[in-house]
Amino acid sequence: MTAVDDQFYREYILDHYKNPRNFGRLEGADVSHEEYNPLCGDLVGMDFRLQDGVIEDVRFHGRGCAISQASASLMTERLKGMRLEDARELSKDDVLDELGIEISPARLKCALLSLKVLKVGAYGLAGEEDDDE
Amino acid sequence: MSTLRSSPASSALDLAAIRQDFPFFETGIAYLDSANTAQRPRRVLDAMEGYFTQYNSNIHRAVYRTSMQATEHYDATRRKVREFINAKSVKEIVFTKNITEAINLVAYSWGRQNIREGDLIVLTVMEHHSNIVPWQILAQEKGARVAYVDIDDQGELRLDQFHELLEQEPRLVAFAHVSNTLGTITPCRELTAAAHAAGAVVLIDGAQGVQHVGVDVQEIGCDFYGFTGHKVLGPTGSGVLYARRELLEAMPPFLAGGDMIRAVFLDHTEYAGLPEKFEAGTPAIAEVIGLGAALDYLQDVGMDAIRAHELELTEYTLEALSEIDGLRVFGPPAPRRSGVVAFDIEGIHPHDIATILDRHDVCIRAGHNCAMPLMHRLGVAATARASFFLYNTKEEIDRLLVGLHDAKRIFR
Repeated sequence: MTAVDDQFYREYILDHYKNPRNFGRLEGADVSHEEYNPLCGDLVGMDFRLQDGVIEDVRFHGRGCAISQASASLMTERLKGMRLEDARELSKDDVLDELGIEISPARLKCALLSLKVLKVGAYGLAGEEDDDE
Repeated sequence: MSTLRSSPASSALDLAAIRQDFPFFETGIAYLDSANTAQRPRRVLDAMEGYFTQYNSNIHRAVYRTSMQATEHYDATRRKVREFINAKSVKEIVFTKNITEAINLVAYSWGRQNIREGDLIVLTVMEHHSNIVPWQILAQEKGARVAYVDIDDQGELRLDQFHELLEQEPRLVAFAHVSNTLGTITPCRELTAAAHAAGAVVLIDGAQGVQHVGVDVQEIGCDFYGFTGHKVLGPTGSGVLYARRELLEAMPPFLAGGDMIRAVFLDHTEYAGLPEKFEAGTPAIAEVIGLGAALDYLQDVGMDAIRAHELELTEYTLEALSEIDGLRVFGPPAPRRSGVVAFDIEGIHPHDIATILDRHDVCIRAGHNCAMPLMHRLGVAATARASFFLYNTKEEIDRLLVGLHDAKRIFR
């Protein structure tokens, strides 16, 4: 049979999908926020614990495709221990670089759902949400 | 590959000849998303190009020859629609831009005039958003109630619940002819007769029905029936509302402006007769002409043969999918469903399935299919959906199976 190459569903993407890092809820979180992808009903939520301007701990929960869940998992690894002001500067290119695969326009919202949670939820940077295409 | 079957030609249709009529298939893509939008035969494209290149003019307005030609072709589609759905009169056929506009027309015009505070509107949980949201807005505006008929575990309407709701004497009952996700074929005549006996007006969303199982609106007896051109081999921007003449005559206009008037004075307007009263402004002329060519095409192939072919493809698909571990199909058995097969696979999100299939040049729909309440009812966020039309082949379904096995390999 013909099999497509695995450039898209790379091993580490699938690993983060099947074994998500920092998955679950955080008791006593300082900030919690959820976002839906209206196109497919995917959900990503994040809980943050903050200490002296630093993200001391973060967990995510949700359901969805490999791209949206792996993206959230990768982001939590990156955010842990990060200073708030640095996290605020994270851009969509940072997220896409970290995913390291070519995302088609139709899947961009999946890849950037976790960034939306970070921006809109944790920082109240409303207005960013429509800026992801 | 154990699931790769031989692909004998369908007995119902001359597929090689049919596929020659659809330029899209020169791409080599396996197109299994006709419930979303269909491909267009050359005949439709030619009809539209003929208008643009040979008699491009506005309709109903000018006295010169090409305008009369355009008007004649535009009105010819109305006669073709009447014949295709067996309406009593061409005056009962209103062109809209799609079925969404057709349902909104009824909700705004008939609904505002007839739905009052406390009235009940009965829908079903398997409706497309376009047959839910207009009624929710109307109910909010009027203080009316909306109730939904549930489905059973096979994905068929709970008729017991339907009859119970009728005891509350709803003003309107609206349901899909065929579910866009489950493929369930609704027993339209039975439901319409019962709803009428309870004093309700009946609207049927025919978006997935008219082109796959055919319709006879007089036999069903419904009050409103709508469908959309781009799902019946026609162009986008063309749609149809059928409404019984007495209802249309009593209804106020929906959109107002040119073409829907008899005479306009500074202090009042006299409206045009049917169906022009509901067709304000210059319509999608080329698209309506294209729609006429699409209906001609379907009629030439034959609705019975199309249904038989799609049934064969559906049975073939259901059997093949039943052999894939962790794959779950939603909806009733083949004889009671149209050529729509929604499914999910344990551990693989439908979007990931569709992305992998896309890399195999196989197009399916993944998502909530504009039926979020049904997704909630099924307990899923989304489904993958393959849907068939007269031009699809078993070879395309075999390619779907190859792609699904690849998805399972990647996500193992």
